[in-house]
Amino acid sequence: MTAVEPPVIRARGLGKRYGDKRVLAALDFEIESKGFMLVTGPNGSGKTTLLRLCAGLAIPTSGELEVTAPRETIGFAGHEPLVYRELTAIENLDLYGRLYRVPERRERIGMLLERFGLWEARNERAGSFSRGMQQRLSLCRALLHEPALLVLDEPYSGLDDAGAELLDRELAELRPGATFLVATHDPARLMPLASSRLGFA
Amino acid sequence: MRRYAADVAVLARKDLMLELRARDTLPAMLLFVISALVVFHFALPSHSSDLAAKGLLWVAIVFTALVGLTRAFVAEREQRLIDGLLLAPCDRSAIWLAKAISVLAFLGAAEVVALPAYAAFFSGIGWSTVAAVALADIGIVAVGTLLAAVAAVSRTRELILPLLFLPLAIPVVIGGVGASVVGSPGRYLGFLCLYDAVFAIISWASFEYVVTE
Amino acid sequence: MTTVLLGGAVALIFFYAPVDQDGLNQKIFYFHVPIALTSYACFGWGALKAFQHLWKRTPGADLESYVAIHQGVIFGAMTLVTGSIWAKVRWGVWWVWGDEQLVLFLVLFLFYCAYFMLRFSVDPGPQRANLCAVYALFGVVLIPISFLAIRLANSYIHPTVFTSNGPQMATSQLATFCVAWAAMLSLAYFLYRFELAGKRLDADLKELRELLA
Repeated sequence: MTAVEPPVIRARGLGKRYGDKRVLAALDFEIESKGFMLVTGPNGSGKTTLLRLCAGLAIPTSGELEVTAPRETIGFAGHEPLVYRELTAIENLDLYGRLYRVPERRERIGMLLERFGLWEARNERAGSFSRGMQQRLSLCRALLHEPALLVLDEPYSGLDDAGAELLDRELAELRPGATFLVATHDPARLMPLASSRLGFA
Repeated sequence: MRRYAADVAVLARKDLMLELRARDTLPAMLLFVISALVVFHFALPSHSSDLAAKGLLWVAIVFTALVGLTRAFVAEREQRLIDGLLLAPCDRSAIWLAKAISVLAFLGAAEVVALPAYAAFFSGIGWSTVAAVALADIGIVAVGTLLAAVAAVSRTRELILPLLFLPLAIPVVIGGVGASVVGSPGRYLGFLCLYDAVFAIISWASFEYVVTE
Repeated sequence: MTTVLLGGAVALIFFYAPVDQDGLNQKIFYFHVPIALTSYACFGWGALKAFQHLWKRTPGADLESYVAIHQGVIFGAMTLVTGSIWAKVRWGVWWVWGDEQLVLFLVLFLFYCAYFMLRFSVDPGPQRANLCAVYALFGVVLIPISFLAIRLANSYIHPTVFTSNGPQMATSQLATFCVAWAAMLSLAYFLYRFELAGKRLDADLKELRELLA
């Protein structure tokens, strides 16, 4: 128990460019296991790119990025809800549940839908959901497989007050058991949970 | 291996379910192929041979496949849904294989209607044509699905897919027409098998690179 | 070096190589075939670089692949033009479908034009490099497949096949041919280095400007 665990994410001179455009340059940081890193900065400063790199959705163009968490233990929620508009809430979660091989899939999906207040709407098309409901569904999707590393990009966007409070509670509950990388432009809300902070200019 | 097959099955089932809900690809392909055959009737003067019509059948098949392929990654492209699949712990080539299977199902369904329609409108077709169509479908879908993923990344999307696809479809058309018009189609069917094998392998192997940012 | 070879080749072609039964138009053979072979070499080189990009992530391989294919397309266009002229003097028509090499070049030309369309319709970046590399690899596989297909097609489209090579070459012809080929290869290599240097300078300048900004 007391052995020093290696960091979950370690970046050395991490850089990413899209063609001529340099988005990230020479970034160094580490997130220890069960750490909570807050990424802050204005729009267009590279927060999203950093999160996509850490989630394995993009590969760095320079430097090193080591993510020790395997792909099936990463939960990612970004700008887009990543759910099929034509499928219902339950069908969407079922699809991801099968891909992630979630044990006791149905129970887990039902519990999450209930907790995020989507149970009533479980058989409606995700396309008919409001922005806030889609965000809730997106969070359900990200938490479905009980990830050990949570990568959240502006998790509060689109949520109403009730939804935001729900997420507060959820994050507080998950905080001891998982590693977090969260981008936000409203750091005050998450500051109490954070163990480190990476600020972009 | 079983995991892989299970992933492919889950993903392909999802595509079929989406089509069942939205119903925009298959009806479009059916309507297109029948309309094309009608147009071809008027494109052929009355004394042209059955052989010319056989050639046009292949034109119809290639372009019908294009209609389906254009739609293949629409759901994944909108709202970057492909990210959701890339995040999942399945092998990325499974995404390609599942998509190819679903496009193949649509194309096969369209042909189940189109071939009898062709036989009714023009002339009967032999087993060699049917075999050639089945073999050609595999090659068309293998290459086409990969190129559809390529086109989904580009700015011009629907516009660029035919440009990328048609030069690669020329050998398929040659093999298909050859098998439909000559007496002993063995060589042509063999060629189609070769094409399927070669392009299925390189499409399968290169899909991961196409979706990597 | 290139200039000397080119000059030498032209001199040999017009003053050394014997005029055979085809008459003067035989001279264009010494341009047409070496240009075609050079074009293949460029496509092959481009695919090799594409493979290096995908496999080893060699930095700069993407640019090298693109420049090689660019040269290949230039030489491919020249092949089509010289081939067309040859067809005109030899058979009296601008285009013969029976000439397998020429038809193959038309297919490849279309394919690589689509490569450029693709390259210009995707934003520069690692993903574009991947897409282009995958497509370039498809191209190099398409060459033998198309060649085979066109061979097969001739047996149902054309009862007789024109051969491009004609009678056996005499030693003096062979020597001239080799010098001409070497000249074309070195010309392509020169153009390749030239374009590459220009493109690299461009990239360096951009980086410098970025650093200063």
